[in-house]
Amino acid sequence: MASNSVSTTEELHQSKKTKKSKIEKSENLVGLLFVSPMLLGISVIVLFPIVATFILAFADWKFVTGIDQLQWIGFDNFVALASDEKFIKSVINNAIFIFTVPITMMCALFLAIIIDKNVYLKSYFKVAFFMPYISSVVAIAVVWQVLFHPSQGPINQVLMTLGIENPPTWISDPNFALISLMIIHIWISIGFSLIVYIAGLQSIPKELYEAADIDGANSWYKFRNITFPLISPTSFFLLITGIIASFKVFDLIAVLTEGGPLNSTTMLVWHLYERAFLDLDVGYASAIAVVLFLFVFSITIIQWIGQKKWVNY
Amino acid sequence: MQKQRKWDAKKIISTIILFFCSIAFLLPFIWMLSTSLKIEADVFKYPIEWIPSRWNAASNYQEVWFGDHPFYLYYWNSIKVAVCTTLISVVVSSLAAYGFSKVRFPAGAWLFIIVLATYMVPPQASLVPQFILYRYLGLFDTHIGLILLGSFSVLGTFMLRQFFIGIHNDFIDAAKIDGAGHWRIFWRIALPIVRPAVATYAILRFIWTWNDYQNPLIFLRTDALYTIQLAMQKFTTINGSFYTLIMAAAVSAILPLLIVFILGQKHVIDGIALGGVKG
Repeated sequence: MASNSVSTTEELHQSKKTKKSKIEKSENLVGLLFVSPMLLGISVIVLFPIVATFILAFADWKFVTGIDQLQWIGFDNFVALASDEKFIKSVINNAIFIFTVPITMMCALFLAIIIDKNVYLKSYFKVAFFMPYISSVVAIAVVWQVLFHPSQGPINQVLMTLGIENPPTWISDPNFALISLMIIHIWISIGFSLIVYIAGLQSIPKELYEAADIDGANSWYKFRNITFPLISPTSFFLLITGIIASFKVFDLIAVLTEGGPLNSTTMLVWHLYERAFLDLDVGYASAIAVVLFLFVFSITIIQWIGQKKWVNY
Repeated sequence: MQKQRKWDAKKIISTIILFFCSIAFLLPFIWMLSTSLKIEADVFKYPIEWIPSRWNAASNYQEVWFGDHPFYLYYWNSIKVAVCTTLISVVVSSLAAYGFSKVRFPAGAWLFIIVLATYMVPPQASLVPQFILYRYLGLFDTHIGLILLGSFSVLGTFMLRQFFIGIHNDFIDAAKIDGAGHWRIFWRIALPIVRPAVATYAILRFIWTWNDYQNPLIFLRTDALYTIQLAMQKFTTINGSFYTLIMAAAVSAILPLLIVFILGQKHVIDGIALGGVKG
């Protein structure tokens, strides 16, 4: 856009060359002034650090020892990652955690369809289901920690009255800890998907449903043949952002499990945090950061390619 | 077509069913609130006492707010950090958004791509060098450092740019003919038009900053500088099994946000919906 309009101005004002170049010069300066605080900020806070991450991933350096102790070790950090059990466990857990995304989306779509058409008090429901999303994760995590309390927690007390004799101990049981975190994560994220889905549903033309009604189509038929295909761009957006968000889950782990019990809830970001800020192992943590970056980067690329293919109108 | 609005029986039934679903969904919040009002001995009573039989609210909240780890201090810290971050971020983002949409300069397109590209970087991937840089610059363990971390938002720039693009160029050109520079056009014409979008972004930024746990955890050490989220975590560790106190703290941590959200409810929900549908 910008370069186009500049070139047309150029053709029109070829005779007034001096004036034109003067205006262009001042536009350039003004433009740079407007964007410079942002550029300066992200250069220092994002660009420089991410480049440094890629460089430090090839170093062996403990932060406390001073920069002169830094040694370049090539790909050794990445080789070490390949045999680091905790790292592999983290990648697996991240992969399992992705299942929260489709589950969240299904619940949200179901609720969105009901809220969009079939209920009164729409805005109450939007706010109610959105509440976990805007609440502080730390406070929420602490509440769930008590709800999940193995012997006295309300959840297990209810399960025991329902006749389940040995309910799981949730976050203190290696087999259930990750599932517990996933449940909380789904509970938090439903509101966001719900709001996006409702907006998506409202953009579907009503005539389609009216036409289907005239043909005597039932609700399931309408869902399969109108709603689902026409909402697919929204679904795709939620899928991608949901997966990316699942890679960034940190607060829940930090407050509830610290990666335990027996590494059952460790994930890439948590492993990175431990290595960087508890072991102060800068090089190794940077290598994990590079892997994290590559995962998120490839998902974003898939989004770009997919967006072009999967738009249904 | 246009009939008088009638109560639809089917719709009423599904409203009632969904209402109970939403209550179930909100049970953790209700439990939190009710526990914060109880005495410690009643916390795990079963069946659950949703309305406490023995009230202890005053002393629970007094301990949280004015006890050994007074929340009013951490509240002040959080308000300071969240308000400053929001203000700076809104100014920086709207300036950049205007520059990238309404000032036609050749470098703009390129610079915008660079800015957008940084959005793909997961924040945790640049955490370690950020930390080292902050130690070096003396920004570690300061509020200014924490504020700067949240002040340069690609998302905010992108969102506001979408709205600036929507302003018709004729407006801008007419103002230019009248002799107004970009600075005046920005303040007097463009910014007032996109004010609802700015409000949406400001509320979202405030909520995100208020809820942030990771950055304060890594970039703050001194107890007196703690934000409410860090304090919440520390309070939980110290008070171990005093669940009434912990829940009173949790209510205190969530409440201001809830007020901001309910006041700006429409802005927040519209903003999220818009971002989602546009992608």
